[in-house]
Amino acid sequence: MLRTRWWTPWLFTLPALAVLVFFLIYPSLETVYLSFLDKHAQAFVGLANYVRVFTSGETLVAFRNNAIWLVFFTTLCVSFGLMLAVLLDRVRYEWLAKSVIFLPMAISMVGASVIWKFIYAYRPPGIPQIGLLNALVVRFGGQPQGWLVSRPWNNLSIVMVGVWIWTGFCMVVLSAAYKDIPRDVLESARIDGASEWQIFWRIVLPMMRSTILVVTTTMIVFVLKIFDIVYVMTNGNFDTEVLANRMYKMFQYPDLGQASTLAVILLLLILPIIFFHLRQARVRDEAST
Amino acid sequence: MLKKISGAVMVLFLLVGLTGTSQAAKQQVNIAVVWGGAELSAFEAVAAPFEKETGIDVVIESVGRDLSTVLFTRFQAGNPPDMAAMPNPGQMREFVTQKGLAPLDPAIVSDHPAAFKNLGSVNGKLYGVFIGADLKSLIWYDPKAFKAKGYPIPTTWSDLLVLSDRIAADGAAPWAIGLKSGAASGWPGTDWIEDIMLRAAGPEVYDQWVRHDIKWTSPPVRRAWELFGRIVRNEKYVFGGTMGALSISFGDSPAALFTQSPHAYLHRQATFIQSFIKKANPSLVAGQDYDVFVFPPIDAKVGNPLLGAGDLISVFRDKPEAMQFIKYLASAKAQEIWVKKLGKLGVNARIDPAAYPDPITAKAARLLQQADAFRFDGSDLMPAAVGSGTFWSGVLDYVGGKDLDAVLERIEKSAESAYK
Repeated sequence: MLRTRWWTPWLFTLPALAVLVFFLIYPSLETVYLSFLDKHAQAFVGLANYVRVFTSGETLVAFRNNAIWLVFFTTLCVSFGLMLAVLLDRVRYEWLAKSVIFLPMAISMVGASVIWKFIYAYRPPGIPQIGLLNALVVRFGGQPQGWLVSRPWNNLSIVMVGVWIWTGFCMVVLSAAYKDIPRDVLESARIDGASEWQIFWRIVLPMMRSTILVVTTTMIVFVLKIFDIVYVMTNGNFDTEVLANRMYKMFQYPDLGQASTLAVILLLLILPIIFFHLRQARVRDEAST
Repeated sequence: MLKKISGAVMVLFLLVGLTGTSQAAKQQVNIAVVWGGAELSAFEAVAAPFEKETGIDVVIESVGRDLSTVLFTRFQAGNPPDMAAMPNPGQMREFVTQKGLAPLDPAIVSDHPAAFKNLGSVNGKLYGVFIGADLKSLIWYDPKAFKAKGYPIPTTWSDLLVLSDRIAADGAAPWAIGLKSGAASGWPGTDWIEDIMLRAAGPEVYDQWVRHDIKWTSPPVRRAWELFGRIVRNEKYVFGGTMGALSISFGDSPAALFTQSPHAYLHRQATFIQSFIKKANPSLVAGQDYDVFVFPPIDAKVGNPLLGAGDLISVFRDKPEAMQFIKYLASAKAQEIWVKKLGKLGVNARIDPAAYPDPITAKAARLLQQADAFRFDGSDLMPAAVGSGTFWSGVLDYVGGKDLDAVLERIEKSAESAYK
């Protein structure tokens, strides 16, 4: 019989803990330390990097765009996912529609960005359009648009690429939660004379609440770090900059102090969401026991 | 049990010993480059005779546009490649200040022009060797289209504007300008501004501007941008207008000159664009269907200094194979291959003029030799935060309609911290 000392659990988790400390905790602390140093990571500059981040025009644009991503990407992904989950449950070709909508998840974000770059391509009016979207616009009598260039709507063009990729994920998770709702609850509501809208808002949504919350927080944590799509499509030009892309550029210049500062700020933005998420999980656990 | 362990240990030692000795027997040098496609195969062709002659294995790592990040991270990790094609002299200088590069024997560049020797040196010591050069102050045109319309080749800036007005009045767009280039979008505009700066303010002021001895908001710099704006922001002057300039990639834009009925007549670009022109229209013949004239002077007192760039190679690890390879790369023999395959201009003065693949490249080489003055591409010399950062995005913002003073102030702000 194995006698458990107080340190036995720690011994078992030691390898995992060691990896965690070495590859996560230590680099994070080092980054925080670097954020107080200058661009060559040599001289101490105190809060100068933080001041520069919050006064630099480009970084403020990046903050604004991250907010745009946060609001639009999350809302569109979750609402489309929810809508599709509920509607597709009623059709026979559900498996086909779901597969098609989930397919973009299999493409890398860089690959998807390249695809959409071609879709958004612009050629001057009067010559054949090579971009799918402008070709359609011209076919129906409009003028070709610079989808990636015209501010500020170009941000939404890029957000739509992200939504195209990730709606499938939201749809699949929410669909599982939707199918979990006992059918007799919905049946009895229909018998009692509730309209479909009422059923949706008053019964379905509250019963799916925790899953929707999980999906939303997952999407928020993901979108605050958005990089690949912006980097490939515009590299942050035309006022589409985001914080992660800014950080990547800083590492290239190199300006290690600024880059570390942006990393720390991103971490501080994401941490509250994660804590909220974990607290929700704990509440759920306690509620179910 | 003990027998099993000792058996395993012996096998392990054997394997280590074998791999160790096999590596020691084969000499190799690895070089990280930004090139892919045609340029990469050309470089492989350059390395082949060296490999055959010396038996040293040249391992070429094609890194792509992220070369600067890769080099920087590997250098920081203490694991740089043996050699690298430096993205630009500015970055080479950054590595020198961090003591990352090995000084080279000045004798290997004895046949190179002084301008290129100086660009590859820091504080008098040689750290980089140019294997090829690009001439940037060229305007491409279709001689047949010009003849058909009776357009003259402009010899001054005002003549160039008069010609542009004439073409616009005839109903076409005079200029094909494409600023898009993935993550590097905006760089063709920086070439425009540098060419204008050289001719409007002169080489000395150009040098001051590149060193940040004068501000971005100062009058000569502002004037250069304004002159650029006179062309690029004029919707009637550019094919597709500013939207076209921002959305069309630099490689696709010259094709507008060679459509059935030309969409544009002039395209300002460096010598390398020839491979893009030929790829889009393989039937065109150099010298007949497309030709170049030199970017005209703006201020007669300044003359016509030429703008160019080059492919710079540096050595990170001082080992004999690397030094042998770089000596070979500086030689006329290696550069003739590079020149023949890519239509670039060789730096070594001993290159056989017959090595140039077409009359345009030969013309550019002649122009380079006869230049009043020569200056290296400014954005390549500036610290990356400006030269590959705010300068590029500043061009895109300005062409997109932003106020010039706001754009210049933003670049100036980034320059203040970048030059430290």
